Amino acid sequence: MAVEALIRAGPALTAACDDVSEATGADAVDGVQPGYVGRPGSTAETASLLRAAAEHGLAVVARGAGTKLTWGTPPERVDLVLDLTRMDAVVDHAAGDLVAVAQAGCPIATLQESLASAGQRLAMDETRPGTTLGGGIATNSSGPRRMLNGTFRDLMIGTTVVRADGVIAKSGGRVVKNVAGYDLGKLMTGSFGTLGVVTEAVFRLHPLPAASNVLLAGARDAATLAEMVRAMVHSDVVPTAVEVDWSPAGGGIGVLLEGSAEGVAARTATAGDLLGRAGAAETHVADLPPPSWGRYPEGVLLKVTCALSAVQTVLTEASRLGVTVCGSAGAGVLYGGLPAQRPPDDVRAAVTALRAVCVGTGGSLVVLDAPAAIKSTVDIWGPVSALELMRSVKQQFDPQRRLSPGRFVGGI
Amino acid sequence: MTSTHGTTKTAGPAVGPTPPEQTTATGQDGNGPQIQAVRRRIRELLPPDAVITDHARLRTYECDGLAHYRVTPAVVVLADSVDHVATVVRICAAQRVPFVARGSGTGLSGGALPRADGVLIVTSRMRAIREVLPQDQRAVVEPGVINLDVTKAAAPHGYYYAPDPSSQQICSIGGNVAENSGGAHCLKYGFTANHVTGVEFVAPDGSVVELGGLAPDAPGYDLLGTVVGSEGTLGIATAVTVRLTRKPEGVVTVLAGFPSTDDAGAATSAIIGAGVVPAAIEMMDALAIEAAEAAVHCNYPDGAGAVLVIELDGAAVEVQREFDEVERHCREHGAFEFRVARDDVERALIWKGRKSAFAAVGRISPDYIVQDGVIPRTSLPQVLRAIAELSSSSGVRVANVFHAGDGNLHPLVLFDESKPGQGEAAEEVSGKILDLCIDAGGSITGEHGVGIDKSAYMPRMFSDDDLDTMQMVRCAFDPDNIANPGKIFPTPRLCGEVPGRRKGEHPLAVAEVAEIF
Ligand SMILES: Cc1cc2nc3c(=O)[nH]c(=O)nc-3n(C[C@H](O)[C@H](O)[C@H](O)COP(=O)(O)OP(=O)(O)OC[C@H]3O[C@@H](n4cnc5c(N)ncnc54)[C@H](O)[C@@H]3O)c2cc1C
Repeated sequence: MAVEALIRAGPALTAACDDVSEATGADAVDGVQPGYVGRPGSTAETASLLRAAAEHGLAVVARGAGTKLTWGTPPERVDLVLDLTRMDAVVDHAAGDLVAVAQAGCPIATLQESLASAGQRLAMDETRPGTTLGGGIATNSSGPRRMLNGTFRDLMIGTTVVRADGVIAKSGGRVVKNVAGYDLGKLMTGSFGTLGVVTEAVFRLHPLPAASNVLLAGARDAATLAEMVRAMVHSDVVPTAVEVDWSPAGGGIGVLLEGSAEGVAARTATAGDLLGRAGAAETHVADLPPPSWGRYPEGVLLKVTCALSAVQTVLTEASRLGVTVCGSAGAGVLYGGLPAQRPPDDVRAAVTALRAVCVGTGGSLVVLDAPAAIKSTVDIWGPVSALELMRSVKQQFDPQRRLSPGRFVGGI
Repeated sequence: MTSTHGTTKTAGPAVGPTPPEQTTATGQDGNGPQIQAVRRRIRELLPPDAVITDHARLRTYECDGLAHYRVTPAVVVLADSVDHVATVVRICAAQRVPFVARGSGTGLSGGALPRADGVLIVTSRMRAIREVLPQDQRAVVEPGVINLDVTKAAAPHGYYYAPDPSSQQICSIGGNVAENSGGAHCLKYGFTANHVTGVEFVAPDGSVVELGGLAPDAPGYDLLGTVVGSEGTLGIATAVTVRLTRKPEGVVTVLAGFPSTDDAGAATSAIIGAGVVPAAIEMMDALAIEAAEAAVHCNYPDGAGAVLVIELDGAAVEVQREFDEVERHCREHGAFEFRVARDDVERALIWKGRKSAFAAVGRISPDYIVQDGVIPRTSLPQVLRAIAELSSSSGVRVANVFHAGDGNLHPLVLFDESKPGQGEAAEEVSGKILDLCIDAGGSITGEHGVGIDKSAYMPRMFSDDDLDTMQMVRCAFDPDNIANPGKIFPTPRLCGEVPGRRKGEHPLAVAEVAEIF
């Protein structure tokens, strides 16, 4: 946007929200420099800012803690960054109903801390330190516990969104069981800020387990590792998570069991036996997962999904291509990592080969994060089914293409 | 007051000033030029035994489980493949004629109520289970497949399909997808939305798209999550990939008798407060117990003001622990009888009374309305008391059967249509129960859907802006408003010109159709 036009928009933004400042270099979104940063303190203020942005044709990118701002394709343009970190309140915790309401800028960790005092939790993991609820929802990020409990799409039961034109819209509600109207929360989940700005959400909660154990076992080859995964997935020990990590140098499995103290002890013994029979030489048991558990790899970050039975094929192909893999094998959702220094053409070849395997087994491969040189060389999203319908949805919600333009599939 | 209600066993009470089947919501002209053209074209392109135009046979499809709304469709198509569905939808799109999908017709909100000026596309011939993939924990089935048949196909592999609506012996997976159906066990396992990973889908322009697949988290917008629960208003699912769940190692079912619903409610809260998530907690009050006894002699505890049916499942050791907690909390809250089923026969006996409850009410009342509303579980005692007051002040009997764990009420409002005024009184009580749900911060429907029955109530839960935003999704999928129009939303939204979208004749229609046949 031309500088004069940006300058003209300034007073409208300041009138809409009392915390608007000029952006600095640190506010760049994946290399694209915005003009302003607005920090709304409420849904109403977010709406005023978005109305002002609409009047002046500003492109807007919403930001939480900024831990995944480089995910996806870089935006074509950004005039205003909507920083939601002032909206960090846990609005309500109805412990008796196992329901909590929180603002989008609330870090997942903060919510968990507050819920823990009542013996409850949002059954999700923090995958990058500091991640906010809004950022997690927008990128549909999930960690190990998704195997048993699902992801944001499964646990979010109500959503408040501010549209590109500044209109506030709610869907869902405060009760877990509710089929009145369309579920806009699911549409927002994983939409990378291209349809609206989520300002508040309602979640269904779970009780904190009284006890937990993690079984860790190494594997000599991908076949053994896959066999261990199978043994856990098709067992009766009800794991909360079945994680793997695998690189050309080797790797292993991590199995999280949660429940009562006696129950976890007995299930740990059973799971240990099963892992042994599946080929584990030795199994270690800890009561808490290792710190690296559920954290995404650094460097070039791939999200790799496949049918459960294809985990072995994916692990084998990944290690042939020099891609290290970790993630929720028990859910068919893995994360691949490549050193950021790998030449772009190399990365492209690896992505193409691994993607073919994933797509062939009903899954996909998305390059979530990578240095600019690589992003401009590889196909970030791969084949996207129903892209025309997605474009129609975008056209309805943001006809002027002002919300995170270009950041999403098919140039959306 | 706008009349809003659940279902009746027989043709029900008079519906407000204008029955919805006589409004634009269901179309009026079954013989306009468009529908005539559509009828002709369908006859040309589909085999004769797949097309019904005979009036007497059309009337078989005039209502779903909500039998007092009736509309005769202009044409019925018994589709046997995705090609049939896509062909018919394309023909409709070309003439902008409405179409309505129908599975087994067990819906309780008039979702599958036909259009007089439209085509009803029935999936009852699409009953193939395409694949059972236990290694992937998935099955791929056609939309007409009966819910319970998925579990039967998965059972030999140690798996089952978790969403279990009480209608599971007859309702279709396509209908489940459209309604985001739940069941007694969704307290722990979630709803259809949590157990469907992909659909093959015919959009309202007749194009066939894949949403999701075997793996979770397909790239792009979660259109799958948007389509599930959209009540057939965004298009038609022609194949569904479902998640299969491992059969639990241990299952214990308990029947506990309490002096009152207050005691049973307090026990429910205590159990959940203790961190136990049972697979199911169902409650029946005295009147519902009386009906069930009359119908199926389920031998529930004598003199109970309420019973709870509680099921625990999972790893056997955990089930035992949870069982101890459940027993303790039930007894502490006044349970005077506590029966345990430890095998399938005993379990079936306990469930028999609960599962037959809707039908059983027919034994104690000639007519009844099944309401479906949700409240936060902690409001159970107040809302049940308010329902009791409503019942005594109006003289209308209300039997309560419900999913206590998640606050999903199914009050059964009893009346006798042959007695003047009773139908209207029941209507009013039924509507006031929904008001109670909304006032408590709940929902107007937990599983039966909005359909045509509750669209007038949507503005009580959602603002104009909320509804307008939902309809933006509708406009993205269906700018001509031909997919099950008149359902969910009280007023349609004008979608305006949508760039890149065709108007009028679909350019591919003729060519592609010609290729298919
Ligand atoms: C005795 C009884 C008990 C019940 N118990 C429960 C319960 O416990 N939980 C619960 O959730 N529901 C329950 N229901 C309601 C009903 O069974 C469910 O809503 C069920 O999912 C409807 O399935 P169906 O095949 O009968 O669908 P239909 O009634 O034929 O259609 C329902 C809706 O789905 C749409 N539709 C159908 N097929 C498709 C398709 N392939 N693609 C797109 N849209 C489609 C229709 O247009 C309509 O809007 C009960 C009903 C009865 C009669």
